Amino acid sequence: MLLEIKNLRVKYGNVEALHGINIRVEEGEIVTILGANGAGKSTTLNAICGLMKISGGEILFRGSPLHKMPADQIVKEGITQSPEGRRVFGTLTVRENLNLGAFTINDPRKNKKNLDWIFRLFPRLEERSGQLAGTLSGGEQQMLAIGRALMGQPRILLLDEPSLGLAPILVKTIFDTVKEINKSGVTVVLVEQNARVALKLAHRGYVMEVGNIVMEDSAASLLSNPDVQNAYLGGKK
Amino acid sequence: MEFFFQQLTNGLAIGGIYALIALGYTMVYGVLKLINFAHGDLFTMGAYLGLTLLTSLALHQHLGAFPGVIVLAVMVMGLVGIIGILLDQAAYRPLRESPRLSAVVSALGASIFFQNLVMMVYGAKYQYYPKNILPKTVITIMGLPIPLMRILILLTSVFMMVALYLFIQKSKVGTAIRAAAIDQGAARLMGINVNRVIMLVFFIGPALGGAAGLMVGLYYGQINFTMGWVYGLKAFTAAILGGIGNIPGAMVGGILLGLIESLGAAYISLAWKDAIAFCVLIAILIVRPTGLLGERVAEKI
Ligand SMILES: Nc1ncnc2c1ncn2[C@@H]1O[C@H](COP(=O)(O)OP(=O)(O)O)[C@@H](O)[C@H]1O
Ligand SMILES: [Mg+2]
Repeated sequence: MLLEIKNLRVKYGNVEALHGINIRVEEGEIVTILGANGAGKSTTLNAICGLMKISGGEILFRGSPLHKMPADQIVKEGITQSPEGRRVFGTLTVRENLNLGAFTINDPRKNKKNLDWIFRLFPRLEERSGQLAGTLSGGEQQMLAIGRALMGQPRILLLDEPSLGLAPILVKTIFDTVKEINKSGVTVVLVEQNARVALKLAHRGYVMEVGNIVMEDSAASLLSNPDVQNAYLGGKK
Repeated sequence: MEFFFQQLTNGLAIGGIYALIALGYTMVYGVLKLINFAHGDLFTMGAYLGLTLLTSLALHQHLGAFPGVIVLAVMVMGLVGIIGILLDQAAYRPLRESPRLSAVVSALGASIFFQNLVMMVYGAKYQYYPKNILPKTVITIMGLPIPLMRILILLTSVFMMVALYLFIQKSKVGTAIRAAAIDQGAARLMGINVNRVIMLVFFIGPALGGAAGLMVGLYYGQINFTMGWVYGLKAFTAAILGGIGNIPGAMVGGILLGLIESLGAAYISLAWKDAIAFCVLIAILIVRPTGLLGERVAEKI
């Protein structure tokens, strides 16, 4: 197993946001985590990346404990994130943002190869590479956030609500690219509120509600599950 | 013409010193959103450590005037830089998660600590740098005389600023510093060790401030344990003038403040030179509340 989250608890101050969740991710999968706003999806991803201290449980990456590593070490292990709200470095250029994604990799040939690949995935980024990231459109910023995360040559790519605020046509472009990224061998954990597109793309899914995992199944079964349909897919279509 | 030229070059030299100190305020603010009120005292430490090393090692006699002063400057910068890191570890790091005001109080406490430390060790009286460390040559440019010392001060500060600018803009670590200033969480997601970035900033800023202290000692010849207060305030003003958090802004703000002060003292009133400088600051902030180059900071929020 590539990633295993066991009984994970995380607190903000005295308030517990994750009440002991279990998630596992196999090599090569796209796993989606669905849930309403405030369910704890971003908290989960940030705990994996070492941005949050955990108060209980374990996060194992190929058997070794991630939760004991500092954030920069976790990136070196091969886990990168495109965070919620993109969080590109607005006053830096597109190219500088991408270079920062490769901060932990000191091999210029590798970086060049990854950059070429990212420019093939998102040709828009190459056209805009000299532009300040803050001047990009929302969709382009999302591409940049994903491209930046890919520059770290991840084994697992964590995507936090990549569809947020984007027009449906752009969502399709981005999700098609995520599929392509996955085909090239990168395992993907996709956090989404847009459950329909996420379940169509993913192999398996988890449903989170207020800090607990309440459902876990193959994406196809979740799509046809009446409870999921009612709660997250706006009723049966 | 000659009078104007003297005031102009003097203003540029002082401005360069303000700019070097201002960089320390602005870099720390950029990354931590904290005004390091003890920064002026690190400048004082630079002046006093420079004096002690100068008299005890007499490098200028062993190595020759210029190489000796360069080695001395490197030593002072290294030492004050290390003091900067220690200051952060002791006074600010334990308060990273605390309300902003706690760090401000801690900064003021650190400032008082350093001032008293210098006073205890060296006494409250003025101290004097040995004369004639560097040749008191006066050279002539287009028929106008200018002390070599003044040119050296100006060139040194310009050199340090250009080097810093290139480092921040072009190097990988410099880009990481800029990234951490924009969004620490996102920077950590890139694999940047933000604690190390903070340490680096607390090394570079004080090192430049320490160099400025040494330069003031060499240029004016006399130093005092309270000197950091006045220079710190001026440099802080310069940082605000240029747009706090903005590195080129600190450079422009420092030079501009030096010029305003020097020309204001010459053509308006010597007694009012500080008041003139602050009036200009207020005027500029009314027109551009974010400082001269400050939009980028505002955009960041
Ligand atoms: N910085 C924070 N401080 C305090 N509470 C937070 C913070 N971030 C998130 N929370 C709380 O943690 C819970 C989970 O939030 P989050 O992980 O952001 O949810 P999601 O990503 O699923 O929308 C929510 O109740 C939220 O209010
Ligand atoms: Mg979220």
